[in-house]
Amino acid sequence: MQMHVGSRHGETRPAGKREVNSLITLTGIQMLISLNWLGEYVNCPLTPQELGDRLTMAGLELEALWHRYPYLKNVITVRIETVEPHPNADRLSICSVSNGSKMYKVVCGAPNVRNGEIAPLATEGAELPGGNVCEAVVRGESSEGMLCSEKELGLGDDQSGIWVLPADTPVGVSLDTALGIDDMLMGIGITPNRGDCLSMIGIAREVAATCGKSVKYPATYVEETGPPIEESTSVTIDDPEGCPRYSARLIRGVKIGPSPDWLKSRVEAVGMRSINNIVDVTNFIMIELGQPLHAFDFNRLRENRIVVRKAAAGEKFTTLDGAERDLPEGAVMICDGVGPVAIGGIMGGLNSEISPDTVDVLIESAYFQPNSIRKTSRRLGLKTESSYRFERGTDPEGVIRALDRAAMLMRDVAGGEVAAGSIDVYPTPHTAPVLTLRVDSVNSFLGTSLTGPEMRKILESIEMRVDQIDDEGKNLRVVPPSFRGDITREVDLAEEVARLAGYDSIPVTSPMAVNESAPLDPHQKARRDLKRMLAGAGFFEVINYSFISQEGIKKLGFPESDPLLETIRVMNPLSDEQSVMRTSLMPGLLQNARYNFDRRNENVWIFELSKVFLPRKGELLANEPHHVAGLVAGARSGQLIYSSGDEVDYTDVKGIVESILGFFRIEGARFRAEELPPWLDPYSSASVYIGAERVGELGRAHQEVEEAFDLRRPVFLFRLDFDRLFALSGPSQFFEGLPKFPAVVRDMALIAAQNLPVEEPLDYISSLNEPLLESVEIFDIFRSEQLGDKKSVGYRLTYRAADRSLTDEEINTVHERMVKKVVEKFGVSLR
Amino acid sequence: MKEAVQNLLDTASSEVSGLGDDPKALDQARVKFLGRKGELAQLFKELGRVPEQERREAGRILNEAKAKLEAIFSDALEDSRKLAAGKREPIDVTVPGRVPRRGRLHPITQVALEITRIFNWLGFETVEGPEIELDYYNFEALNIPKDHPAREMQDTFYISEDVVLRTHTSPIQIRTMEKRRPPIRVIAPGRTYRCDSDVTHTPMFHQVEGLMVGKGVSFGDLKGVLTTFVHQMFGPDVGLRFRPSFFPFTEPSAEVDIQCVMCRGQGCRVCSQTGWLEILGSGMVDPEVYKYVGYDPEEVTGFAFGMGIERIAMLKFGIDDLRLFFENDLRFLNHF
Repeated sequence: MQMHVGSRHGETRPAGKREVNSLITLTGIQMLISLNWLGEYVNCPLTPQELGDRLTMAGLELEALWHRYPYLKNVITVRIETVEPHPNADRLSICSVSNGSKMYKVVCGAPNVRNGEIAPLATEGAELPGGNVCEAVVRGESSEGMLCSEKELGLGDDQSGIWVLPADTPVGVSLDTALGIDDMLMGIGITPNRGDCLSMIGIAREVAATCGKSVKYPATYVEETGPPIEESTSVTIDDPEGCPRYSARLIRGVKIGPSPDWLKSRVEAVGMRSINNIVDVTNFIMIELGQPLHAFDFNRLRENRIVVRKAAAGEKFTTLDGAERDLPEGAVMICDGVGPVAIGGIMGGLNSEISPDTVDVLIESAYFQPNSIRKTSRRLGLKTESSYRFERGTDPEGVIRALDRAAMLMRDVAGGEVAAGSIDVYPTPHTAPVLTLRVDSVNSFLGTSLTGPEMRKILESIEMRVDQIDDEGKNLRVVPPSFRGDITREVDLAEEVARLAGYDSIPVTSPMAVNESAPLDPHQKARRDLKRMLAGAGFFEVINYSFISQEGIKKLGFPESDPLLETIRVMNPLSDEQSVMRTSLMPGLLQNARYNFDRRNENVWIFELSKVFLPRKGELLANEPHHVAGLVAGARSGQLIYSSGDEVDYTDVKGIVESILGFFRIEGARFRAEELPPWLDPYSSASVYIGAERVGELGRAHQEVEEAFDLRRPVFLFRLDFDRLFALSGPSQFFEGLPKFPAVVRDMALIAAQNLPVEEPLDYISSLNEPLLESVEIFDIFRSEQLGDKKSVGYRLTYRAADRSLTDEEINTVHERMVKKVVEKFGVSLR
Repeated sequence: MKEAVQNLLDTASSEVSGLGDDPKALDQARVKFLGRKGELAQLFKELGRVPEQERREAGRILNEAKAKLEAIFSDALEDSRKLAAGKREPIDVTVPGRVPRRGRLHPITQVALEITRIFNWLGFETVEGPEIELDYYNFEALNIPKDHPAREMQDTFYISEDVVLRTHTSPIQIRTMEKRRPPIRVIAPGRTYRCDSDVTHTPMFHQVEGLMVGKGVSFGDLKGVLTTFVHQMFGPDVGLRFRPSFFPFTEPSAEVDIQCVMCRGQGCRVCSQTGWLEILGSGMVDPEVYKYVGYDPEEVTGFAFGMGIERIAMLKFGIDDLRLFFENDLRFLNHF
């Protein structure tokens, strides 16, 4: 594979690994380019790094650049001058080898070392695939390097002895130079719209455009010595939509064998395995021209003919990797006179593949419809070099060039007679779009001021045909080449102009005449400010995944019928833990507590303000209200010295709920131990009501919940419907000035039953609507043995008149009346 | 009179000297001698009975005495304070301060707020949309047809055939354009989801989307707005570059790279020796997209951009493992 799907993962992502942060993740592809090979098609004076930078800024991102064999730097060619036996070991010998100017003493164990031969010597520091070479003492004799086999150098399988190089090999040069394999490789990221760049020629065209050079297309001269092809075979297309063009050539009498070195080296340079001369030619041309080919063993094609048709329902087929596959209905199938021999554009079949005894070869060069290939490839779960290219659009007009080039090269490397002519079934030839580029409109779109001739020059550099069609040069008529199927509109031409002129050359402008700032809306502002308030009050904000496990919600103890168990399910979750959309923030917070307890973070004050997801009957989309919820555990103070024995309790969560209500300017909220959710301890929890509306709950977690979440210390929780509180929030009041006259304070201490909620006398006092009463507050709750089953509760009443100072006499009368009413109402006594 | 005055001064001196550092006693003594009904006041009262010709002299003596008495008491007060101060034990100033409990906003929230603040200031209004989203808004109206590779099951979480967890914040572009007419300038932060989980991917992450559409909005304007953003976010000296790229819903498209914040562009492990870090994707809104919302691409043009909040946070804070954001370890949260 010379393409790598996706990209290597670094810890932080360097430029260009297009993943999460792009507008969208596309299946990224890296094309490997051998610079040696590329040099056959374009002559570029730049260094590899400069060229890579140039391509990057033209939209072909250089993702990696490396030497093909970096470790061969320290491997040189040497002549073996003398060979003597090792004094202490029978199987070893001591060789003197020369690089032409310097002698090295080397201990060698190979049976084939002989005087006068040329061999590779790994000198000190060479990092070979099998390990590093360093000076060593072998059985008492020092050795200044290692004479290597092919295998040791990672260049072949032969490990029977040292690699004896041809006698004409120059001595004293690095091995990669001597073998002609000193090469650099580029990994270039290809965006999905640029299928035309998945080849050496495609990259060469871009290089030519960015360097101002022209492309040398490879030769396609075919020597036809056989009888006309029509006498031997035929092609029928029954699915012209899936396969708009199918061409073929026939070579008879080839000799299958290993590829010559040049061919082997080329395909191996880009990471493919050399198979045999015929298959290597098809791969070579796919990389060179971007046109995937297929070679059939002609004599294994039944009735010696090709039929292209759609797969029928339930059809099965064994591909050349040996897998039997269920064909998706409608897949384009290449068949012989009887049945399938290849899945069109994706993979050939076992029944017709080239084997060592193949003598006659049918070469296929075709154009397949990209969507059809994509669909089939996806349904089969089978991606190949071929399918990648067809999916991204090959050149419908490039089919014949590739076919002829294949015939030419196969004859060169495998002999045989090429049948005269080729078959080319192409019912509806490609028609190139004719586009109009309005120079002014493109300039205003891009913010450039290019002239018509400048744009023309840019477009012509990538083989667009441009006619200037009016005198002022304000409109260009442009015909894109057939390999650029992505260019169909004026805006596509604008992009080509922009990228080749260089994004850097486009001036930076500011669309803002004035910087009119846009404030957050009230809901967004309330969310931001409440988060800040909670952080200021000691809470850390957490962010949990929106999906949880169904089990996680069940652990909160809901009965089967509870609506919060009606979750929205993800069809294809990564795990059960992330399989349903949360209807409650609680499971996340409880897990956070557990996670932190386990890491000895004992004092946990956390909150989350975010969405939950509730299904809506008969609607596709969910109800996504915001909740705010929190959890506190451990000590009140974060400091050891001030925290001993001062653990959080109900009053802490109630206090924070009250301050949230205060944040929203909501008055008159009620706390009642009613309608409690199952995850709260019924004896130390409350629901929050505003009027008759229940807006949340708070209290200690239920013991069973603490156990279910493996919490080893008590936690206190709160949850509020943020959106409801926002809707109910009070308006900000106009300031009415500070009071001008002093207040008078009077206390009343009641001895009341333990079960009398302390808030009831408070509410009652307020409800009396005494005009002079400004406020009432509890200042003390006291229990003692002396009081027995009673408690003492102190209330402080503050009286004030807006227009005068109050006298003691006046207030004493009012206060006594208040005390009397409270005593009568609740049957309490005074302390 | 003279005698009486001298007596008074002597008594006062001797009484005061026996008081030590007792501020209360000193105050009482002061009242006794200098108060409204004190001994000096008594002498002033007697002034009326002094013969007319001597009265002036007596008055002078009394006033002089008053000044002296005041001096005695103020000296005594000073002495007593010194004395008291000499007796006090200083506190141990190295005792731990009682620090009010405080928490922090999650780093993602901090970065999201900073990003929205910058764009709000540039006139981009904050808008939001559903996280459970219609396929139509998430893909189709963004020019990502049914057979696009980005729609394959391994990328998108599906709720049903037509409903997905939004894979990006881009659907808000469509929702906004459907609701409003140009000019539009909006920013849309929020949670997004993709089926991917490893060191560099979490199945949930955050993005901020931006959109500006109006008459004559150009690619140069895109560069201007995003350059301002980068300089606000990472500092005015940070270099940036716009690099051609591809997104189905923009044409032309550009990725924005900033100079590596770790090595200042020199090349390091974080930027894979390139000196550049990719931080956002952007482009001119593709005319195809306008078709879905009924805008005329001959009348209006615009640009869109999107960035990952986690990525910006990682670069800003030097965080190297994405998963830390969602473990909610208090030691991590307390760091920012």
